[in-house]
Amino acid sequence: MNFETTIGLEVHVELKTNSKIFSPSPVEFGDEPNSNTNVIDWGYPGVLPTTNKGVVHDGIMAGLALHAQIERHPHFDRKNYFYPDNPKAYQITQSETPIAHDGWVEIDVDGKKKKIGIAEMHIEEDAGKNSHASEYSYVDLNRQGTPLIEIVSKPDISSPDEAYAYLEQLRQVIQFTGVSDVKMEEGSMRVDVNISVRPVGQKEYGVKTELKNLNSFNYVKKGLAFEEQRHQRVLMSGGKISQETRRFDETTGQTILMRTKEGSDDYRYFPEPDLPVLNISQEWIDSIEKELPEPPAKRRERYVNELGITDYDAMVITQTKEMSDFFDKMIAAGADAKLAANYLQGDVNAYMNDNQVELQDTKITPEHLATMIKLISDGTISSKMAKKVFKAITNGEEPKKFVEDKGMVQLSDPAKLQPIVDEVVAANPQSVEDFHNGKDRAIGFLVGQIMKQTHGKANPQVINKMLKDSMSK
Amino acid sequence: MTEKISEDQVKHVAELAKLKIADDQLPYFTTQLDQIIGLFETLSEVDTEGVEPTSSVTDQINVMRDDIAENWNQRQALLDNAPDTADGYIRVPTIIDESGDNE
Repeated sequence: MNFETTIGLEVHVELKTNSKIFSPSPVEFGDEPNSNTNVIDWGYPGVLPTTNKGVVHDGIMAGLALHAQIERHPHFDRKNYFYPDNPKAYQITQSETPIAHDGWVEIDVDGKKKKIGIAEMHIEEDAGKNSHASEYSYVDLNRQGTPLIEIVSKPDISSPDEAYAYLEQLRQVIQFTGVSDVKMEEGSMRVDVNISVRPVGQKEYGVKTELKNLNSFNYVKKGLAFEEQRHQRVLMSGGKISQETRRFDETTGQTILMRTKEGSDDYRYFPEPDLPVLNISQEWIDSIEKELPEPPAKRRERYVNELGITDYDAMVITQTKEMSDFFDKMIAAGADAKLAANYLQGDVNAYMNDNQVELQDTKITPEHLATMIKLISDGTISSKMAKKVFKAITNGEEPKKFVEDKGMVQLSDPAKLQPIVDEVVAANPQSVEDFHNGKDRAIGFLVGQIMKQTHGKANPQVINKMLKDSMSK
Repeated sequence: MTEKISEDQVKHVAELAKLKIADDQLPYFTTQLDQIIGLFETLSEVDTEGVEPTSSVTDQINVMRDDIAENWNQRQALLDNAPDTADGYIRVPTIIDESGDNE
């Protein structure tokens, strides 16, 4: 029997606003518990929420980046439930009129491009955070009211690999708008998935199961792959999948039953009476569209077609907007594209990893790095010398000045190098003979000798050529 | 016997509202709720043909606040009002984790 898989993803993304969605409390993490809360966040009687304009702005921006239609007359709805992380006993969200709908992102799995539809994207408030001990649970409401967008995919995803690619694209597209950090490890991106499997040709979808505790894109892929197999196995043996929520176990890579779903959830949604409806003008949408930075897919195209770097390099550079902006600034400052790409992926990346810092938190500037690359390109310094220069750049030093101060200028002048070349050739007749006998290694030895004499300052390309010329006479 | 709401529905609504209703109280509340629904049904006598559903009854539109953070420093007052606290947290009976998100 052949099967087909249908995967749905619900992604929550925390917006990086200054204040909460319905109260002016600061959105800050890591502060003392409950210090960023007020009577509105605690749901005191008589308080009234007010919509944060920045959240609506960011919601429209994310919607536009996802090629979605913007709802011109959205309102908020109440979703009713009791849980101690939410003292109001309801969450203000959007049910009837999500701020954006019918968008898409394009994924690429093994060179095959596919558009994954986005059914809707709505804005809502986050809940507080509970921590559990044996006798009590503890509630911190600092996160209560943090603005979220929830992005719901259409049933277009048909494999765990596509789910992974979709999440990666979604993360990038949102990250480039700047409305969120979209970091799963920090909780600013959270993923809920559901999966169903049906025999090929069957019209109705199979029974779906939900997966929880997926704390990385990799776990999403692994959990889905396990579930896909399990569904197929059960269906092949004539069994039935029951509608249930399962938990992904990171250590075994398996999914474990958490609870069976009886009937659908009953949240008794109704329009939020405490908030006036919104009327979003076309002018506002247009002005936000103008603010949108160039999206990652467009940048990749430009890098490959106009700057001539590889698809792979372009992909790595567009992982984050910061890296991509940095690269663009280096190009604007006159750096060679290929060298710029190499340095970002090599030395810069290594530096970031070693020091556990983000690019924007280092002292490395695109102008300094571009200057260094130009010094390499015009032969002033060797790539070996560049190692030292790079280190200086990480301390915020200007590379040209550093090179001059340290007297690091590479010796490229043949007139100055000729006596040294002659001397080394004369002192090593054996190597010269080896060279004539076709042993290429011999020239490497001679280059090394010249490097030693010049304290590494000789331009290797120049002396290579000079040695060949000299010995071929 | 009532017509607008069944005992099962009342039981369901009570569960959603986290209210305990004894089985022998069910007929009493069912009758009462049935009457209340009947009262509200008066509204359906109004002809709403061609009228758009209303999601807000105020005539205000686009009342929004600029994204500026303000800390009202109400932490202590709020915690003082909570039934039980510990180390700046609200302390509650152990919650059975239903979300699976470890929170």
